[in-house]
Amino acid sequence: MHLDHSHDGPSAVSADAHRPDGSRRALRIGLGGPVGSGKTATVAALCRALRDELSLAVVTNDIYTREDAEFLLREAVLPPERITAVETGACPHTAIRDDISANLEAVEDLEDEVGPLDLILVESGGDNLTATFSKGLVDAQIFVIDVAGGDDIPRKGGPGVTTADLLVVNKTDLAPYVGSDLARMAADAKAQRAELPVVFQSLRSEPGVRDVADWVRAQLAAWTA
Amino acid sequence: MSRAALLVLADGRFPAGGHAHSGGAEQAVKAGRITGAASLEDFCRGRLHTTGLVAASLAAAAALGVDAVALDEAADARTPSPALRVAARKLGRQLMRAARATWPSAELDDLARRFPKGAHQPVVLGVAARAAGLGAVDAAHCAAYESVSGPASATVRLLSLDPFEATAVLARLAPESDRVADRAVEAARRVVDGGIDELPAGSAPLLEIGAEVHAAWAVRLFAS
Ligand SMILES: Nc1nc2c(ncn2[C@@H]2O[C@H](COP(=O)(O)OP(=O)(O)OP(=O)(O)O)[C@@H](O)[C@H]2O)c(=O)[nH]1
Ligand SMILES: [Mg+2]
Repeated sequence: MHLDHSHDGPSAVSADAHRPDGSRRALRIGLGGPVGSGKTATVAALCRALRDELSLAVVTNDIYTREDAEFLLREAVLPPERITAVETGACPHTAIRDDISANLEAVEDLEDEVGPLDLILVESGGDNLTATFSKGLVDAQIFVIDVAGGDDIPRKGGPGVTTADLLVVNKTDLAPYVGSDLARMAADAKAQRAELPVVFQSLRSEPGVRDVADWVRAQLAAWTA
Repeated sequence: MSRAALLVLADGRFPAGGHAHSGGAEQAVKAGRITGAASLEDFCRGRLHTTGLVAASLAAAAALGVDAVALDEAADARTPSPALRVAARKLGRQLMRAARATWPSAELDDLARRFPKGAHQPVVLGVAARAAGLGAVDAAHCAAYESVSGPASATVRLLSLDPFEATAVLARLAPESDRVADRAVEAARRVVDGGIDELPAGSAPLLEIGAEVHAAWAVRLFAS
């Protein structure tokens, strides 16, 4: 929207692909999913994997603390000025879908203050299976679930599982201990998502976040093409 | 004026960031000053006649075309708490974005250029009302109503208060909210002739103190 409006205007309004100075803005990728599925751990691993080849920043949406931002700071995955926490007022999905203004400000301020950036990762606060990102906020979204949350989640579907650009099934290392059937999860995900990609990963063992990082690289190549 | 445009602007779902703010209710709940519908009503009544009146007057004056920079300074002078100033500017910036996308206008673009990090929310509200083809009365009603609707919906989440009771509180306050809006418009008209000092300066010290206390909490549900 307002593509014609953004070049001479005082600041961008929403999903405009260009910044006020006419340059192309960073690709924005959202990470959503249930509480504790491994969103922050995936963000941290992506930062480590990509920070030497890309200019990166992260926005976190915590529900009532700054824990995710503080974890990323403690782990020193990025310099502190590249990590911003947004306060979401008890309602994480509102801040990423229905009223995205605070998150848009956070991504734009990051570009202004530490840019130029290639990629901004936006982590949602842990939420339910219906929480998805607005297209006004992100260009692509990853939905992160884990094997310990129940192997019937892919079968249950819901907007996150069904429509996310990438579905990540995390913590595969735990499958034997919680009795999750990975083959069944893969078949259910395939049935829900048709051609949309699914990655099974464990961040506790090799190759860790590699497949997701490759997917992000491909998104970026398409964005800058 | 378009009555439907007023409904769009006043809708609690208008995407301008309000959902993340409690208008002081979170701190008041923790301090034991809001415990149910009756004390929520007292809290909202206090807000309505103090910061609500000031916000409504600022919004009405901005809708009449009074200089936004002067109004923003006047808002600062009437907001002792630094945390509340930050919150008001954040909300103003978010409203500016939503309003520019909803009712594109040269005046809103100009405001965004002069205040890239946001002007006080009521000032933006008044300019947004102009852009929507609304008048000072509409802007004042929006600001007065927002001053109580935000805390009411936050309290539903904070106390698991019965949502019907919270809405009934707002309905009971409606006649007072109308009177506050009328007074605000009168004040705004006086500003046009007599200058910025005609704006009311009602203040609520507990809201200011509470906002500073709240801003220092490590764990909170709402941004203010
Ligand atoms: N075993 C195992 N644990 C993991 C894996 N990935 C993440 N964890 C652990 O799971 C817990 C939750 O991970 P987070 O990354 O904080 O999850 P999150 O989705 O960001 O959580 P919220 O933001 O609170 O919703 C942490 O203790 C992680 O160390 C994995 O692949 N295997
Ligand atoms: Mg997290």
